[in-house]
Amino acid sequence: MPVKRLLGLLLAAPALLLGGCQKMVLLHPDGLVASEQSHMMIVTTAILASIIFPVIVACFVVAWRYRASNKRATYDPKWDHSPQVELLVWGWPVLIIMAVGGISWVGTHRLDPYQPLAQVAKGTPVPANDPPLQVDVVSLRWKWLFFYPQYGIATVNQLAAPVDRPIAFKLTSDAMMDSFFVPALAGQIYTMPGMQTQLHAVINKPGSYRGFSANYSGEGFTDMRFKFLGMSQADFSQWVAKVRSSGQSLDTASYEQLAKPERNAPVGYYAHFQPDLFQRILNRCVEPGQVCRSMLMAEDARGGAASDMASMQPRGQPGATADSDPSKAAAPVTTVH
Amino acid sequence: MLPHTMPHRAAIWNFIFGRLSLAAFPLGSNLEDRIVQFTFIGVVVIGVAILAAITKYRKWGYLWREWFTTVDHKKLGIMYMILGTVMLVRGFADAIMMRSQQAFAFGANMGYLPPHHFDQIFSAHGSIMIFFVAMAYIIGLMNYVMPLQIGSRDVAFPYLNNLGFWLTFGGVVLFMISLFVGDFSTAGWLGYPPVSELQQGPGVDYYIWGLQLSGVGSLLSGINFVVTILKMRAPGMTLMKMPVFTWTTLCTSGLIVVSFPFLTASLLMLSIDRYLGTHFFTSGMGGNLMLYINLIWVWGHPEVYILILPLFGVYSEIVPTFSKKPLFGYSSMVYATVAIMVLSYLVWLHHFFTMGSGPAVNSFFSLTTMLISIPTGVKIFNWLFTMYRGRVHLSVPMLWVLGFLFTFSLGGMTGVMLSVAPADFLLHNSLFLVAHFHNVIIGGVVFGIFAAINYWFPKAFGFKLNEFWGKVTFWCWFIGFWVAFGPLYIMGLMGVTRRLSHFTDMSLQKWEIAAWIGALIIFCGIAAFIIQIAVSIKDRKKLACGNDPWDGRTLEWSTSSPPPEYNFAFIPNVRDRDAWMDMKENGGDRRPMEGFNLIHMPKNTASGVVIAALGCICGFALTWFIWWLAIASFIGIFVAIIVHAFTYRSDHHIPAADVSHFEHTGNWNPEQQGVAA
Repeated sequence: MPVKRLLGLLLAAPALLLGGCQKMVLLHPDGLVASEQSHMMIVTTAILASIIFPVIVACFVVAWRYRASNKRATYDPKWDHSPQVELLVWGWPVLIIMAVGGISWVGTHRLDPYQPLAQVAKGTPVPANDPPLQVDVVSLRWKWLFFYPQYGIATVNQLAAPVDRPIAFKLTSDAMMDSFFVPALAGQIYTMPGMQTQLHAVINKPGSYRGFSANYSGEGFTDMRFKFLGMSQADFSQWVAKVRSSGQSLDTASYEQLAKPERNAPVGYYAHFQPDLFQRILNRCVEPGQVCRSMLMAEDARGGAASDMASMQPRGQPGATADSDPSKAAAPVTTVH
Repeated sequence: MLPHTMPHRAAIWNFIFGRLSLAAFPLGSNLEDRIVQFTFIGVVVIGVAILAAITKYRKWGYLWREWFTTVDHKKLGIMYMILGTVMLVRGFADAIMMRSQQAFAFGANMGYLPPHHFDQIFSAHGSIMIFFVAMAYIIGLMNYVMPLQIGSRDVAFPYLNNLGFWLTFGGVVLFMISLFVGDFSTAGWLGYPPVSELQQGPGVDYYIWGLQLSGVGSLLSGINFVVTILKMRAPGMTLMKMPVFTWTTLCTSGLIVVSFPFLTASLLMLSIDRYLGTHFFTSGMGGNLMLYINLIWVWGHPEVYILILPLFGVYSEIVPTFSKKPLFGYSSMVYATVAIMVLSYLVWLHHFFTMGSGPAVNSFFSLTTMLISIPTGVKIFNWLFTMYRGRVHLSVPMLWVLGFLFTFSLGGMTGVMLSVAPADFLLHNSLFLVAHFHNVIIGGVVFGIFAAINYWFPKAFGFKLNEFWGKVTFWCWFIGFWVAFGPLYIMGLMGVTRRLSHFTDMSLQKWEIAAWIGALIIFCGIAAFIIQIAVSIKDRKKLACGNDPWDGRTLEWSTSSPPPEYNFAFIPNVRDRDAWMDMKENGGDRRPMEGFNLIHMPKNTASGVVIAALGCICGFALTWFIWWLAIASFIGIFVAIIVHAFTYRSDHHIPAADVSHFEHTGNWNPEQQGVAA
């Protein structure tokens, strides 16, 4: 491969010898959702190629065939209209776009990140008595905080999940707009302060995968990486035990410490966390004395003035009604005085 | 909320200088400051040399009378093109700095730019390339060519045209000052909150006021062109007989008129948030950053089509001329252009499919986005069938067209891939996306601008551009583009996101270095373009070509090269599409050589320069919280506008004798001159 040799000469980079070709993860992801998204990308590319490549070839063939110096080629200086050709030039793109559009329409509905998964792998439905792994995600400046409400643990910059078990993410952000993205697992979703987004995914192969923020959020954005670990059920249980044995606890005070802007934050484990912390981050009332948005909005709703903001929130709804359980939504979240 | 950002010193100094202090100047000895100092010295040396040369040759009066105060659409067009070229060099300098950082900041090597500096560079690169390169170039082209194509003597509002140019220039000045005084924004080319709300320094304010000035300038141009096309076409030129470039100018101007107010409004709300502590786009007090992102893209997506449509027009002029055939499917082309104009308003949400809007919303915007590719595909087919059974001359403008057809078609394909919402969840914000939009903007807009410059340069100056250096420019850009952005496509598929200032995965370095080499090849392309212009000016006698070197089809080729101030001694009567070709074929191309009348023309004005200078000062003062100066210059703008309104003599007449003199001795084709004489 001459390009490669040239580069090797230029730099003699050891990386070239050792690294080889990194996997094109978007073409072969290991999570069901990402691989379905990837599959759609490949299918639509193939359909598009069926019009783009012939046209590109035709452009060069025609330009060469009818070059000015080629006097044997037909010259028809008045030919500028033909109903048959016009039908082709409108009809062909229309057909292609109908096909691609149909795929996108169906896929957008089927792969809605807010919908719980119907299957854990191709042809394997979700087991009836196996609730999804819940993970509440907070993007901080510039690190990731993961709550595991079912296990009572929290981690920083490390995410783990058992293989073939659906994961239900709820996501928000402390200050910036970030995008939660593990390319091998599932497509990304934005995290935004005061708002909750959702993502459903499953990983089908054990391994250590790259996760990061895919939306620029200021100075430390580059280092906003984490490892996503796909594990067997046994390994996952061990991992949970390891996090629990760390002994640290995440409460208001330690959260405020954690939320300070920081680059290249190390992995952190918390054996406990204050149970309402995620809701308070979401409702922007972590600091003592702040009134939770859920309360403000419940107040608004009682006053008859339906919150105008509701229509502008992502479908996760504003913090107040994030939970489908209305009693929870209206319940004032604890404010610490 | 603001005073705490003021420097600690006597109140009087804070009153006089606002928050501007010596700390804003890059006087340090770290690498960052050294780079800026080096650049500053370079700019000063070049600037002083230019100013000294102007003074030495006593050209200030000439420049002021003939150029700065001009209302002639042709001169303003040329000034826009020069501005675009200068800013292309600036924007490219940012690009090569980014590429160098990304090529070498691997593993233990953190690169030579800290994130704070790197973030400023990509923010400046994007905004400069869009607002001051692409916009300047397309407005320059439309300004120069459109009035000539419709057989008009000027645009509808010549003074606004001058004002629009100087406002754009004022924006450029603010952006350039930010390089040396204080920082630039680190919030990306669109200034997304919360980054743009939380960044304290003057950077975002430079960005806001620079764009406000140039945005108003673009809006004025848009209004001007719409009115010009609708009201000032030569008799007989019905809408469906207009050249396609004029059609695309009309559609682009319509887009500008409806979308630029969104830019102005979003930036205004952002500035109120920053200056007065309101909460339009913050997460507290009921504000919402999603509002800004929606609003800015309601401008931002039409903007993409504002940039590409005029170039579609350029290709539609060049392909028929160099194929010696009329454009295939003129009506299809017009309907496709109008369809793109309408659809471009209905697609903005595809820039944030991943924000959590549900499948109903996402699939709607996914479909509208795909629909745009239908009229675009039709255009490509029409250019193809225009070449079919033609006599294709593969000279420089046509090379650019072929390079465009190849590059842009592939860019269109990756665009439709991104419009498939589920695929976009994977590709969004990745280097794949970066490669895609450079693919369509370089492959579509930049290639088109170079094609247009090679095509219309002889019209503007009376001599052709050097073919050899034109070909070198083309091949460097074409190869350089693919070497620079091919690796970005590949890295995008590896799941690498954009705007990273450092990499930990060493296996990516070979791709980054390839992209860096590509950028160097593009640099050769820019250098070759400047050499091409210089060599052509040197050989202008040899390259002189008269009024119609390409055997053109549209009216701009019927007047002399360069055209006189009044464009046409007699307003042409149009009978058919490709009016000039129709005249040539039916013997209507003989110019009358007597019976000239005096011609009514607009007079030059200094108001544009004055108002834009005051606007620029106002922007600078607002950036640095120098309130007295902001208020004074703002009042000054109003006074200047009122004073201008009292200009009773904004016109003058060119005597019939002068017209007759030019028509007999002007720069016409020698053989035609003979025929007419």
